[in-house]
Amino acid sequence: MNTVNPVEDFETSIADIDRAQVKVDVKNLDFYYGKSHALKAVSIPFARNQVTALIGPSGCGKSTLLRTLNRMYALYPGQRAEGEILLDGENILAAGTDLAQLRAKVGMVFQKPTPFPMSVFDNVAFGVRLYENLSKADMAVRVEEALTRAALWNEVKDNLKGPGLGLSGGQQQRLCVARGVAVRPEVLLLDEPTSALDPISSAKLEETVTQLKADHTIVIVTHNLGQAGRVSDYTGFMYLGQLIEFGATGDVFTRPATRKTSDYITGRFG
Amino acid sequence: MSAGKLIRRKVGDVAFKAFCVVVTVIALVALTAILWSLLKQGVGGLDLDIFTKRTMSSGSKGGLANAIVGSIVMCSLAMVLALGVGILAGTWLAEYGGRSAYGAVVRFLNDVLLSAPSILVGLFVYEILVAPFHGFSGFAGSVALALLAVPVITRTTEDVLLLQAATLREAGVALGAPLSYIIRTVLWRSARSGLLTGALLAFARISGETAPLLFTALNNQFFSLDLRHPTANLPVVIYNSALSAYDDLVRLAWVGALLIAATVLAVTVVARIVAQEQRRS
Repeated sequence: MNTVNPVEDFETSIADIDRAQVKVDVKNLDFYYGKSHALKAVSIPFARNQVTALIGPSGCGKSTLLRTLNRMYALYPGQRAEGEILLDGENILAAGTDLAQLRAKVGMVFQKPTPFPMSVFDNVAFGVRLYENLSKADMAVRVEEALTRAALWNEVKDNLKGPGLGLSGGQQQRLCVARGVAVRPEVLLLDEPTSALDPISSAKLEETVTQLKADHTIVIVTHNLGQAGRVSDYTGFMYLGQLIEFGATGDVFTRPATRKTSDYITGRFG
Repeated sequence: MSAGKLIRRKVGDVAFKAFCVVVTVIALVALTAILWSLLKQGVGGLDLDIFTKRTMSSGSKGGLANAIVGSIVMCSLAMVLALGVGILAGTWLAEYGGRSAYGAVVRFLNDVLLSAPSILVGLFVYEILVAPFHGFSGFAGSVALALLAVPVITRTTEDVLLLQAATLREAGVALGAPLSYIIRTVLWRSARSGLLTGALLAFARISGETAPLLFTALNNQFFSLDLRHPTANLPVVIYNSALSAYDDLVRLAWVGALLIAATVLAVTVVARIVAQEQRRS
């Protein structure tokens, strides 16, 4: 192989889903870090009010794909995406897209908890204040609602003025979830949200994710196959920047259609 | 591993450790000697007059009040000027232009300024703020001191901002906040003790500078808060008095030196404590 990033001719299997249910439709997406070709002609639908898990070995492009969905990459010169990402039919990669508006619709939670250096309350209110001018009482309601949905309210309700950084790691991560959902995004992106958490905190966060799908379309990147199996409705398996297999999670895990997927799921590589 | 190699490694280890200890002791002895002679010569002259009376000529018992106040005023103004420029420049380097070629040039020039001889800075300010206006002034002194403080603050600001996790920045961006808003509400706050440490170190750097003030603020026998005129300050008073032939003035110089050293020591200790708080949180 002479080319640096060849598009390899892997066997792929992309299941169809009901078009009416598609919230975010990625079409023929290519992504570049400078000259490095990180995503190759990826097409994947994300279903409304469902959890879609992206799995695959390190460096396969699953986080990169996630970071195109809110155009986080725009922060870094030299990174660019080509193709289409339709959010409710509108291409968010189009030049005129208002990034603030987009990110109000597409929230994100990161691998490591990232509470801001301010109180629990202000952390949750941070995003809301960017878009809405709520009265004190309305804001208090919104913050409580967000913390409740992130399953954190009972633990922090007596200490809303305390620093967000004073919480435990698991609580900090749920605080970040609350901060994300407080803006009422339609889509929630979770980038390995439990990789820095202990098993009990992880289980709590998974439970939260399952509850959140009633109101949000969720995309979760995870290295934990068990987690993908537990929380997701659909699963996409990626390898070397390509989407190898996509389908209902039950199908992908029990009857993988391609050799690569089956090898990965059974732990033969990755 | 052969026995010979093992012994050689152990000897090397001990020798290196011994060398480090010796060199550290030398540095500490020099520092203690300086502090000790400052204390011995300075404490005796420390009385209330030092803080209440202005500098006078030999024979009439004077104090350092005008010089202390002048130094505080000039250093404060210098810090205000330097903090504004330094924090914004450091922020630009860390968050916006640092990776561009222009950013690299700015960083390089800042590092040059960081180690520029302070007398050159004094001469520079003399050329642009003293000579054209035909007069020494406290304002020119402040500008000279600010020029010395800016590179220190710029450097520390860039360093502490780059220490903040990239994910903190991204977390703000992911909520749809503009980068400038994230810098002001999240990054500066998260880096605040680092920024304060940088400011205190810059203050420590300029509080004892004499050379840049000789060409700019000069000195003033009288008490004055008017920065349009020559302004008394501790370093120049020390410099002049220490060179004089009169014992009482030389004693005054020792007291002034002790005051500056004590201030710098206190500021450095505070900076250390603040830096530790940062690490803990």
